[in-house]
Amino acid sequence: MRNGSGPEPLLRVRGLNAGFDAGPVLFGIDLEIAAGELIALVGANGAGKSTLLGVLSGLVRATAGTVTLGGEDVTNGRPEALVRKGVAHVPQGRRLFGTMSVEKNLLLGAYLRRDKDVRDDLTRALDHFPALKDKLAREAGTLSGGEQQMVAIGRGMMARPKLLMVDELSLGLAPKVVDRLIDVIRDINREGMALLLVEQDVLVALDVANRAYVLENGRVALSGAAADVKDDPGVRKAYLGL
Amino acid sequence: MLAVDAKDLTKTFRSGWLGRRRKEALTGASLEVPSGAIFGLLGPNGAGKTTLLNCISGVYRLDGGDIRWQGASISGMAPHRVAALGIGRTFQIVRPFGSMTVRENAAIGALFGNADGRRGVREAFALADDVLELVGLRAKASHPVSSLTIPDRKRLEVARAVATRPQLLLLDEVMAGLNNVEIDEALDMVRAVHATGVTVLLIEHVMRVIVGVCRRAVVLDFGQVLAEGEPEVVLRDERVIKAYLGERYAKRLRS
Repeated sequence: MRNGSGPEPLLRVRGLNAGFDAGPVLFGIDLEIAAGELIALVGANGAGKSTLLGVLSGLVRATAGTVTLGGEDVTNGRPEALVRKGVAHVPQGRRLFGTMSVEKNLLLGAYLRRDKDVRDDLTRALDHFPALKDKLAREAGTLSGGEQQMVAIGRGMMARPKLLMVDELSLGLAPKVVDRLIDVIRDINREGMALLLVEQDVLVALDVANRAYVLENGRVALSGAAADVKDDPGVRKAYLGL
Repeated sequence: MLAVDAKDLTKTFRSGWLGRRRKEALTGASLEVPSGAIFGLLGPNGAGKTTLLNCISGVYRLDGGDIRWQGASISGMAPHRVAALGIGRTFQIVRPFGSMTVRENAAIGALFGNADGRRGVREAFALADDVLELVGLRAKASHPVSSLTIPDRKRLEVARAVATRPQLLLLDEVMAGLNNVEIDEALDMVRAVHATGVTVLLIEHVMRVIVGVCRRAVVLDFGQVLAEGEPEVVLRDERVIKAYLGERYAKRLRS
């Protein structure tokens, strides 16, 4: 683990508490992501993974603690401000605009951008997902589950983020499709984008990630190199079912 | 005896101007589910699995072929009539009544859509309690649905279907989004429901489920049957690996 004296990480979360009307969910979360890292976030349903992503993208309010991006305090920043600063969120269940075309869904990811590279980035995103190339005019809702997940990831990439957060990549997808998407995740990461991957197929997540955090009841129960987390007896018993 | 005997099913969806855009969801699929089985239905996204479930439960009308339930045709029957014949189902996107408690949600299943006619409210709640016990939600019976975690929401979805007292239960991806340990707990729930004499037909992409509880499995691809047999055999079938599992997964399964 990095400590305070090292170079400033891309994302630093310190002592974060957050929750909803029904009650608090996160308690004192500490987490760091360096530029270009691929981090897995694992834990049982209800542990607070999606809530944490919600705080990082400004959808859920932090009640204590700080979130910094490249040293700048962005705690409880507005979602659009966080997108501008480089955080994109691929939500659980894709959440595409089903009656809009695939192309429009992808371009929506670049809604806040005014630069001239948007079209180039669209081409680049499609290079990762060639299956979408001849479906740009189709209504997004008519695509298969795997293709919809591609559009959702592509939409996130179109924001040109420094950190892309993907919630439940494999949800409801055929094993072969998950393989392909994991390959793309790895490729995107190699091009320099940091990724935070929430995944119930814990084995898949720990195989692709550099480091991992394990959330239990709203607290970080364990963190470290993905390979070490995978070998942890508690993780093997509680999440891998081995 | 066969619970479900489905033959040469076809279903095409039309959309766009004058229905010119066609999507052939089922293209001659046949399926025989023996009474008392736990039967797995798998295949690529878009292969027609949910469409097949929707045709059995009466949500969609077939274009061709015939579905028989315990020997009698149910093709073209409305969903409530299919339910009254003893076929219960869950939906991929769970839609519980959000303002009601867990127990009240389960009681809805017991009050309506039942083979032996309408029940009284008291009787429905008694049945709901039994069903919640069966699926492991008894301790949370008085909780509002909004407080449930995803695995518990899926349990409630199963409870609502089981409360209609079905002889056949159709489960559409009730274990998606669960980790391995949560899946093992959900498998115990499926076994418990099955042990009460219910035939189960389930769609799932998680091989831990298919291998864990299914005696037989069918793989659909492009609306028809690609392979059928015992899960251990089906999952080693080269065509299934190519169309559905992928090489990496097949390797993991072998190791």
